[in-house]
Amino acid sequence: MDQSKIKLEVKAISLSFGGIRALSNVSFRVQEGAIFAIIGPNGAGKTSLINSINGFYSPQEGAILFEGQNITRKPPYQRAKLGISRTFQNIALYTNMTALDNLMAARHIHMRSNMLTGALFYGSARDEEIAHRERVEEIIDFLEMEGIRKTIVGNLSYGLRKRVELGRALALEPTLLLLDEPMAGMNVEEKEDMARFILDIHERQGMTIVLIEHDMGLVMDISQRVVALDFGRKIAEGTPDEIKRNDAVIKAYLGEEV
Amino acid sequence: MSANIRPSGVFDTAYAQDISINRTRFDKFLANGLFVLLLIVPLLTIEGPLAANILPQSWIGVLNRIAIFVIAVQGLNILTGYTGQISLGHAAFMAVGAYTGAVLARELGMTFWIALPIAALVTGVTGLIFGLPSLRVKGFYLAMATLAAQFIIPWLLRYPLEGLTGGSRPLSVPEPTLFGLSFAHENAMYYIIIPMSIFLSLAARNIVRTRVGRAFISVRDNDLAAELLGINVFSYKLQAFFLSALYAGVAGCLLAFESNSLSLDKFLLDRSIEMLAMLVIGGAGFPLGPLFGVAFVNLLTQNIIPSVIPTLKQVLPGFLPFINPINIDAALGPTLFGLALMFFLIIAPRGLAHRWEILKIAWKIRPYSH
Repeated sequence: MDQSKIKLEVKAISLSFGGIRALSNVSFRVQEGAIFAIIGPNGAGKTSLINSINGFYSPQEGAILFEGQNITRKPPYQRAKLGISRTFQNIALYTNMTALDNLMAARHIHMRSNMLTGALFYGSARDEEIAHRERVEEIIDFLEMEGIRKTIVGNLSYGLRKRVELGRALALEPTLLLLDEPMAGMNVEEKEDMARFILDIHERQGMTIVLIEHDMGLVMDISQRVVALDFGRKIAEGTPDEIKRNDAVIKAYLGEEV
Repeated sequence: MSANIRPSGVFDTAYAQDISINRTRFDKFLANGLFVLLLIVPLLTIEGPLAANILPQSWIGVLNRIAIFVIAVQGLNILTGYTGQISLGHAAFMAVGAYTGAVLARELGMTFWIALPIAALVTGVTGLIFGLPSLRVKGFYLAMATLAAQFIIPWLLRYPLEGLTGGSRPLSVPEPTLFGLSFAHENAMYYIIIPMSIFLSLAARNIVRTRVGRAFISVRDNDLAAELLGINVFSYKLQAFFLSALYAGVAGCLLAFESNSLSLDKFLLDRSIEMLAMLVIGGAGFPLGPLFGVAFVNLLTQNIIPSVIPTLKQVLPGFLPFINPINIDAALGPTLFGLALMFFLIIAPRGLAHRWEILKIAWKIRPYSH
């Protein structure tokens, strides 16, 4: 692997909560511009892994390198500034804001106005609002959510909320996007839409995407590399074809023959 | 809350129009008209320059008080309504502003115009200090931590700082002057208080619709997501505490100079809770919430309740013979206030401002229902 093209490197991380070991000695590398999937049965530690990457959990052992920089001890908001953004398994939108404001709120790290300029509004704060509104509108167009721009997200359907959440993650203009079960609970059409959006983002912006997904067909279709976890350990890594044939993966999903 | 509905035929063609508060000519006319109306009120009272006895003089005092408390509750709205951090120490912060302003004017002979911003900043920093526990605690636990402010600050002002504040005794405050013009009269103070209240309300509104405000609301709605999406949650909680206390400081200082005398019992826990009640009745997290809440609670406690008490005093002992008709007076006021609060929480749980938004939308899309 070309060292300079490594976007994210997870080096032997271990994470435990009291006596429970959520992750033990997990390592992998994500190539710049790849779609990288994390799979595994329920409770395998997939979300814990994502949470460790963007700083919500801090692993007791190991290191996380983002673009070669050790970010293991950085607080989450600083990792976001470096360009790591995410969506959540159980949607975590700002419920009482409109879809538009949710996206604008994610522009936070790119905006400059403070209490004082904000209070005066006319001048720099207003110019900034308009400039960033234009960027946000591009995302709204891209995700086809013009009609729900001014709707309070708490009133939206599940599928649309998932979409707003993807929009919010994109509004941060990340270079690494973490998607935690972006298609959970969606019907086939919504899943296809979401897959199309993910592929579009990847193609247009060359964004590195790490996703957790349970729909194996979909994972195998869109990802270039897959890592499989079980009971907090990495049991396999490889291309989708390799993973499909891997005995350990089959065992983890289907159990052993007695 | 998405009250962004335009009257039929009005279309936004630029983002600047979409984000403006007063979009239509009628909106602008209404806003400016109200401001002008407010400004001519003192001219129509008996003690005004024209000595015209058109409006009762008592209105001026009432409007001054309302405007001052609107400032204080705007501050509370930023902290509790938008950032979601309950504060039970808001009256104590007002006391800091009031006493800082008064002491600066008395001891250093500082003019009101300099004492006011200094008092505001001192209060802001005090608020920031009492906001530090928000790093570790949330919700009710934080409310308890802010309750500490409500006990520590009045105690500090009463005993250790007695030499400056006069302790439990009332403290007289010099009148504000500008270029030899005295602002001792309430009609003159009106022209300081009302513009200040409007300016600070607009500033609060502008803050919550720009970057900092969205960060506040993000912290309220989902602090975990906010932290993971680049918002330094602790810093924004502290900023909210600072701003909130700053507003309380301005309100406290204005109150001190308006009434020319200060005493600590205006700034106790019941006042903090009353302001929280004003915010909830008016609508927490709505720009107009503080105005509705303060005006309504004022109307309720000063006019509506006193007007029904005499009748109730006559009628109640008939129904409830165990009531002692002699001391019923003191109990009826708070009881009625409590009942009114419950009534409003049931019929308008999100506050009067929310009702107002609904009404506005209904008006704009009339005659259709949606």
